[in-house]
Amino acid sequence: MSKTPAGTLYRGREGMWSWVAHRITGVVIFFFLLVHVLDTSLVRVSPEAYDAVIGSYKNPIMGLGELGLVGAIVFHAFNGLRVILIDFWKKGPKYQRQMLWGVVGLWLVTMIAFSIRHLAVVFGG
Amino acid sequence: MAVPTIDAPRSGRVSPQYKRTGTSKGNFEMLAWLFMRVSGIVLVVLIFVHLWLNLIDGDGIKGIDFGFVAGKWADPVWQIWDLVMLWLAMLHGTNGVRTIINDYAEKDSTRFWLKSVLYSATVVIIVLGTLVIFTFDPCPVIDGVAHVADYCPAP
Ligand code: HEM
Ligand code: HEM
Repeated sequence: MSKTPAGTLYRGREGMWSWVAHRITGVVIFFFLLVHVLDTSLVRVSPEAYDAVIGSYKNPIMGLGELGLVGAIVFHAFNGLRVILIDFWKKGPKYQRQMLWGVVGLWLVTMIAFSIRHLAVVFGG
Repeated sequence: MAVPTIDAPRSGRVSPQYKRTGTSKGNFEMLAWLFMRVSGIVLVVLIFVHLWLNLIDGDGIKGIDFGFVAGKWADPVWQIWDLVMLWLAMLHGTNGVRTIINDYAEKDSTRFWLKSVLYSATVVIIVLGTLVIFTFDPCPVIDGVAHVADYCPAP
């Protein structure tokens, strides 16, 4: 028998790589959230403190960082819904691969639309 | 090509090298599994609206400052929104990272310390975030100096 069984959900090919990406994006969002709550809490220090820190984020490098963060969240969200469908929908496991291409397609559409808007804000005058 | 068949997920018995605890934890792992899915569905709505309002609507990210936050938290809807988002995202993220620690840290003591750090961070962030939402003051007086904004009473 072959050592790598064909057709498992999480071993090899799309099923595994989407799981790896789901795991990495989940951790990235988690660490972002820790920092995000800390910097939002500056509203309790003073309006000046909050505006100073938020103001220091308003540059092209952070703008691209926000693009990456939103990219991570949108993937994690869409793929998370795919995982839920695999678990609860009778035909989910059968169509998991097709659903992954759906996730990638929706991700592309969302990110192109978002990039147009966000980069115009970040780089526009 | 034949349609691949997928075995039923392992349930009940787990081979010893993957066992992370000696005693049975009852239904906890199943409830945690279910929580990841239920909270995930709710979080999609909460987070997408949050990102829409703060990055796309209005002036986008350039529009965010103290006054923007004051405007949102003047409305109890957005206070509750952020509160639920804070709790669900932190619990979902913490449980996810707990799973990852269980997967990769093989020594009992390593897992214990990593999870201690994780849970401490979670408690601090949830308590801090909750207090911030409900003690927020749009017109604070700091060292006797009142904050000046068009929505604040003139000093
Ligand atoms: C770059 C993208 C983001 C921006 C610009 C942003 C901006 C903000 C702002 C201005 C606030 C203050 C209150 C409000 O507007 O509702 C806030 C609060 C909050 N945000 Fe975000 N946010 C972003 C992404 C996220 C993400 C991805 C999450 C969830 C994982 C999140 C979770 C929260 C939570 C829980 C609060 C309440 C914090 C507290 O309790 O003190 N945000 N965010
Ligand atoms: C936007 C809505 C979200 C959805 C639909 C979603 C969905 C899911 C699902 C279904 C799982 C379980 C995967 C599995 O058991 O194989 C999961 C895992 C995880 N999620 Fe989320 N999630 C969302 C938001 C978040 C947020 C905001 C964070 C961070 C604060 C996060 C961090 C994680 C982590 C760290 C894992 C563990 C990954 C692993 O075990 O490989 N997720 N998510």
